[in-house]
Amino acid sequence: MKVSELLEKLQYNVFSKADTDKEITAGYASDLLSDVMGNSSEGNIWVTMQTHKNVVAVAALKELSAVIFTNSNIPSDESIEAANEENVLLLGTSKGTFEVCGEIYNLLESK
Amino acid sequence: MHLEYKVQGGNFSKAGHASGEIKKVLKQLNVNPMVIKRIVVALYEAEVNIVAHAYEGDIIVDIDDSKVHVVLNDSGPGIPSIERAMEKGYSTASPLVREMGFGAGMGLPNIKKNTDELNIKSVVGVGTTVDFINYL
Ligand SMILES: Nc1ncnc2c1ncn2[C@@H]1O[C@H](COP(=O)(O)OP(=O)(O)OP(=O)(O)O)[C@@H](O)[C@H]1O
Ligand SMILES: [Mg+2]
Repeated sequence: MKVSELLEKLQYNVFSKADTDKEITAGYASDLLSDVMGNSSEGNIWVTMQTHKNVVAVAALKELSAVIFTNSNIPSDESIEAANEENVLLLGTSKGTFEVCGEIYNLLESK
Repeated sequence: MHLEYKVQGGNFSKAGHASGEIKKVLKQLNVNPMVIKRIVVALYEAEVNIVAHAYEGDIIVDIDDSKVHVVLNDSGPGIPSIERAMEKGYSTASPLVREMGFGAGMGLPNIKKNTDELNIKSVVGVGTTVDFINYL
């Protein structure tokens, strides 16, 4: 499923300007950066509560399809700026991590 | 091809910058994407370790037909026991650094897993050298 299709089905906030044509290969949920660095794969959508700029660096280096901030966490201006530069899509929702993982999982499985 | 970058200790807002630049060069050189992926993980972790644990350092990359050779050299507190530092979960990161999601103690294990040859040398009170090779 492409990110654009996910955004049609689940109304997440969009914080950065980036390509939504990327294919979501799977999801990865973690607030530990080296866990994501070591265990996520290209095209994964990353579910996290961490919002600082290093998240953008990790997402760009790993070529993740998007990052979604749960529990109403919003990225810093610095993060948004970096995301715009690096073509990293930053999303957000008031829902918690458990719920977000569940709904994205179901959507990907239903495909 | 020979590349050199400087890394500032404590400057988290630039952490990963050098790794991103090196990744770009590897892509331009058409290095096998699977090899690039592994190098990027190892590079980023080693770069962030300089930012999180040392004062300053540099990254030297040499690329030839058969391998990518990376050396990260820092001046910093050094590592008293490399064996312990290599254990998954071992971390001396400060509470502030942990709050940012660093300090899982997974960086060095990630480097080990994503390199073909790894050599770490450290002198307490002087600094650390992380030297790794990935074959093409
Ligand atoms: N360049 C370095 N200089 C000094 N100490 C270091 C250096 N690199 C690693 N260490 C020591 O080794 C420990 C383990 O490093 P490792 O990268 O595995 O975990 P971490 O950096 O603490 O956490 P994470 O990488 O998961 O965010 C560090 O907590 C630190 O004590
Ligand atoms: Mg580390």
